[in-house]
Amino acid sequence: MKILVAVKRVVDYNVKVYPKADGSGVEIANVKMSMNPFDEIAVEEAVRQKELGKATEIVVASIGVSQCQEVLRAALAMGADRAILVETDAAPEPLVVAKLLKALVEREQPNLVILGKQAIDDDCNQTGQMLAALLGWGQGAFASKLTLGEQEIEVIREIDGGLETVALKLPAVITADLRLNEPRYVKLPNIMKAKKKPLATLNPGDLGVVLATQLTTLKVAEPPKREAGIKVADAAELVAKLRNDVKVI
Amino acid sequence: MTNLLVIAEHDHATLKAATLNTVTAARNIGGEIHLLVAGNHCAGAATASAKIPGIAKVLQVDADHYARHLAEDLAVLIAGLAKDYSHVLAPATTFGKNLMPRVAALLDVTQLSDIVGVENADTFVRPIYAGSMLATVRCSAPVTVITVRGTAFAAAASEGGAAPIETVPAAPPLGVTRFVGQELTTSERPELTAARIVVSGGRGMGSGEGFKLLEDIADKIGAAVGASRAAVDAGFVPNDYQIGQTGKIVAPELYIAVGISGAIQHLAGMKDSKIIVAINKDEEAPIFQIADYGLVGDLFKVLPELSAELDKLPPA
Repeated sequence: MKILVAVKRVVDYNVKVYPKADGSGVEIANVKMSMNPFDEIAVEEAVRQKELGKATEIVVASIGVSQCQEVLRAALAMGADRAILVETDAAPEPLVVAKLLKALVEREQPNLVILGKQAIDDDCNQTGQMLAALLGWGQGAFASKLTLGEQEIEVIREIDGGLETVALKLPAVITADLRLNEPRYVKLPNIMKAKKKPLATLNPGDLGVVLATQLTTLKVAEPPKREAGIKVADAAELVAKLRNDVKVI
Repeated sequence: MTNLLVIAEHDHATLKAATLNTVTAARNIGGEIHLLVAGNHCAGAATASAKIPGIAKVLQVDADHYARHLAEDLAVLIAGLAKDYSHVLAPATTFGKNLMPRVAALLDVTQLSDIVGVENADTFVRPIYAGSMLATVRCSAPVTVITVRGTAFAAAASEGGAAPIETVPAAPPLGVTRFVGQELTTSERPELTAARIVVSGGRGMGSGEGFKLLEDIADKIGAAVGASRAAVDAGFVPNDYQIGQTGKIVAPELYIAVGISGAIQHLAGMKDSKIIVAINKDEEAPIFQIADYGLVGDLFKVLPELSAELDKLPPA
């Protein structure tokens, strides 16, 4: 069984971002970039399926600028077998990413595609569901547990009221939620080994996909800031304030 | 002319609250609003929908394969209907987030996630980077597919309207996904995203036992109980308690954060609350920077005191 994992290069989880001076976007020059944390969970899950003997090959793909090779190498160090970069000037919209991934799926013929549920930069939470729609496959979005069978995959999904279990016919698309697993710490020898694993580069044209845009960002700004209030001495003072000053209890 | 289709979230018998906030977002765009109620034996939810003032028409669809609201099957139905509309909207709940990108892809259009503002019929405001930034975006797609953040729009009234209910035929099932089961958290307390007061615990609670102290407080003031990601990951409480960027977004009148340090991913889920109270033993905790009232102290001492003070309080 072959698994395709898609990863995105984003501003690192720990970096505080600021709008560009002209408000046209977010300042990402000279900012530390990393693999999207949810995608790291997706890679980890694929590697675990291989370690369980259920998957035989893991192909990891990324779409974006040439520096995305760094996150692909990171995924190879975690245990993916080979990588594909679809090189573009900027990060395309989720629908375009889904179309590029669909074209990769048609080339690679995986039995399962795993993605992170959302990227922590644009917070869209769309690509996996869109890819599943374009392929006509089932989708296990916000997955917290996978049981991979021969014909079907059983997925426990995190939903607002609790958990839902669905069974998807294979091939299928999964998007990883936080509690699917905890990604491993990568050891140095594996980082060295990853440098020798194959990494192919393609252009959107090779995949027959046109990079169309339907969204224009007009402005990016910080939301109004909340001011810190006052400190209260004890529970009695707190209750008095909540009852008498702001009247919420 | 704008024609808007709002996808109702419901349990077949009743409407989920987030549907009403989505109707308000649709009204802010302007135009004729239709509400789609797709399920199985969902006359109850359709009747409730018809009572929302300002709805021109309710479309009711009943079929076995809509009983579990599987995105795979609903998306085919909605994409088929969408050709008659300029906008299709759903709540940005796990229901809407699962469904709407699938609808958009079938229509070959982009999707706007989690909007918090409507500038005009094609321009919207949405949070990025866990809400630390707001982006104003213009959409040029022939159909604008949107998920709506409920806390950013007031709930529409649920009584007073009398829209006609039209029955619409189901689309064929896609047959790729089978519902197996559900494990829902049951609680006597208010629903987290609709509660007037939320009491929320973090890693500082130390254990699931620690949360009992919070539940005691919550029951005295009619609050819902939430948690930070750290508390959920530690197994103190179930996943559906999680408030934050990847959990639930809440904006109650009063939010009491206990033993929560205030990571940006948590703040993303609660910083629009009207009054924020923070109780934490670390006076440097970032949560104090956004709290209206801060109380520095050991929560295992403060919570019993708070409970006793609430007992002394005369009825409001």
